[in-house]
Amino acid sequence: MSETDFVSKHLIARHAGSALWLARYMERIENLARLLDVSKTFARDDESHGNWLSLLRINGDADAFFASNAIADATNVARFYLLDGDNPTSVQSAIRYARESARTLRALISTEMWLQINVFHGRIRALTEADISPEGVSGVCAMLKEGVQSHTGITEGTFYRDQCWHFYMMGRHIERADQITRLIDTKFNALMPKAADAAIDAGEWNELLRAAAGYHAYRREYPHGYRPPEVAGFLLLNTAFPRSAGLSLAQLDWHLTTLRSRYHLRGCTPALARLDELQSMLAAQTVEEILRRGLSQFLDWMQRELGALHNDIMTRLCGAPVAAEQEQTQS
Amino acid sequence: MGQDGVLAGYDPGALFCEMLRPGQPPDAALTLLHQRLGDLPIDSLRRRSADAERDLLERGITFTVYSDATAIDRILPFDLIPRVITAEEWHTLESGVTQRVRALNLFLHDIYHDGKILKDGVVPRELVLGNAAYCQAMVDFTPPQKTYVHVCGIDIIRDDSGRYLVLEDNARTPSGVAYVVENRHMTLRVLSDLMAKLRVRSVDEYGLRLHQAMAEIAPGGISDPQVVLLSPGIFNSAYFEHVFLAREMGVPLVEGQDLIVEGGAVWMRTTAGLAPVHTIYRRLNDDFLDPDAFRPDSQLGVRGLIDAWRRGAVSIANAVGTGVADDKAVYAYMPRIIRYYLGEDAILQNVDTRSCAEPEGLAYTLAHLHELVVKPVAESGGYGLLIGPHASHAELDEFREKLKANPANYISQPMIKLSVSPTLCDDGVKPRHIDLRPFAITGRDTWVLPGGLTRVALRAGSLVVNSSQGGGSKDTWVLE
Repeated sequence: MSETDFVSKHLIARHAGSALWLARYMERIENLARLLDVSKTFARDDESHGNWLSLLRINGDADAFFASNAIADATNVARFYLLDGDNPTSVQSAIRYARESARTLRALISTEMWLQINVFHGRIRALTEADISPEGVSGVCAMLKEGVQSHTGITEGTFYRDQCWHFYMMGRHIERADQITRLIDTKFNALMPKAADAAIDAGEWNELLRAAAGYHAYRREYPHGYRPPEVAGFLLLNTAFPRSAGLSLAQLDWHLTTLRSRYHLRGCTPALARLDELQSMLAAQTVEEILRRGLSQFLDWMQRELGALHNDIMTRLCGAPVAAEQEQTQS
Repeated sequence: MGQDGVLAGYDPGALFCEMLRPGQPPDAALTLLHQRLGDLPIDSLRRRSADAERDLLERGITFTVYSDATAIDRILPFDLIPRVITAEEWHTLESGVTQRVRALNLFLHDIYHDGKILKDGVVPRELVLGNAAYCQAMVDFTPPQKTYVHVCGIDIIRDDSGRYLVLEDNARTPSGVAYVVENRHMTLRVLSDLMAKLRVRSVDEYGLRLHQAMAEIAPGGISDPQVVLLSPGIFNSAYFEHVFLAREMGVPLVEGQDLIVEGGAVWMRTTAGLAPVHTIYRRLNDDFLDPDAFRPDSQLGVRGLIDAWRRGAVSIANAVGTGVADDKAVYAYMPRIIRYYLGEDAILQNVDTRSCAEPEGLAYTLAHLHELVVKPVAESGGYGLLIGPHASHAELDEFREKLKANPANYISQPMIKLSVSPTLCDDGVKPRHIDLRPFAITGRDTWVLPGGLTRVALRAGSLVVNSSQGGGSKDTWVLE
């Protein structure tokens, strides 16, 4: 049998969108757990609550948070992100949306995937105030990370690799690319030495890299210590690092190209054109240049472009109406 | 039998027990099964039962109950002790169901064309033409293979003499078949030692057979028709079954929004654009199918679908307007309908039914209310019915008034002492009443899934097996 014997099956456009969202929401849970975990560590000796504030700002949640909370301390922020089902950016909302997407896709995903999401959903729904005490939050974050990692592993091992899988994988890579820019943004300005001779806080760099699951790999690549351009370059550009923006974009490219060539999806074209530009912008400049021109602006631009790329896919391939999709894209 | 075995102390009394079958000739397979149940400690059964319940929840084999702001996932309680049907019994059931489905299809074709049965006065004209489920859009339209009821679920009970009786025909969008297959998988997961080396008919063929029938009824000239399953969506209480059937058939599970009628044909919206659809197995009620033809406010259906269907561009299963055939009042005429079209006596008898629309029926029902079961004709799910022998004086009086106010809305039947099966309860293994819903698939021909859904009334003495009224289900074993 030739390869093309397997590609005749149609994929309902709406299902493609659910696959993409399923991956995004699951990935978002892991990233939120990583961010919370690292913010908690940063905030240990921080009376000003600056780290919690930056976490809220980076997620665009400050207004919503302060509508119902007076201060951004560890407990309030943990409650907001871990327990609050009314907060659309909480893990409660993310797992609810993920399960709904999985339910929509249940005839297409594996039974094992569905079972794990269903059980994981039950575990997250059962979280209480007692679980998110200052001593408990780390354990909750570990549970969330493991839950998503189980999902990722089960998906790798059981999800039939047809069109639906490509859409799922695109969701994962868009979310990872987006999240790594947010993680860098949260911490990078705080970590840049204020003066040329200021000592670099190795502890904080460690935590940042650990939050991205890149600490040991970074040490191997750069055993001499920390230099801001190297850390930024590692997180953004290093295609050997699983969560780097560069690798996520390269993977996205492969999935879109495959969908266009193998499944003849003409709707891939606008997304491919946009992705092409994103990749060349990333490749055309050194990290030093990016830092000189303004890291924050660059990261903002990337986030906007990733959002637009998501919209291209949703509207041109997944049957989403143009206006409605743009509203719900980014939390 | 072991002292602490599952059947120790189990006593069905004078009721017909589908497991013990007193007075029937011994059967080697049944004897072995009794022995195994006798050797199975009840604690072990309880442990496995708890495993099964957790497994069902984790797998999301659930229906969702919505109230206020909460959505709770409930499982259909599953009793591990199987219901057994012998090869001989199955032969009767299978041929009886097939006969009934043939008659239902002939009846529907007749009443939507020449109406011979009405002209011949076998079935009252008003009962059919005045029926709320009678569908004008079906008049003079002939679906492929003249099949209207592609999937039929026939509810069958057994009385204390062991006689099978049809309680109800379900010819619209009968549900429950997913449980038949999932119950078998569950038995194999947690209680496979009970089944080892017993020859039990497989239930795994359903999806293949259904797909085959859907291909057979597709518009002519299409070699590899595209079948889809049309569901109301993830919030429907039977959504789990829709997923199950789409998977088993290997076809897309779509909602109304995924389909569109354009240029006279039906299409589905795919990632590559519009792709043609040839057969729709719909799990959406008639009313919601097409806002142009039926309820204009339906968001769930597909505009123009009925028109495309009538012009032969697409096939729909089940056909619309089949509800007139499974109506509780038409049911009373089924033995006559069978004889009229097939020239045969009904293999499966009806429960003796009186229509309160007829004066004699009403008078008899009022006089014998305390010993009858009275059912509203338009309800399902076991709602609104009176079980005379179980009702208090006040309840009987209250019902008598309701009945007199609207007699045409009711039928009455004698109370049948339904057969029982040993069932795990809080206080041990007890006899509980059961019924059976075999599923028949009809494309060109009719095929009946071996067994069917056995529902069990879990409350002591209860005769109501509906899941909405405290019913559970059992795996149904048809012995070879």
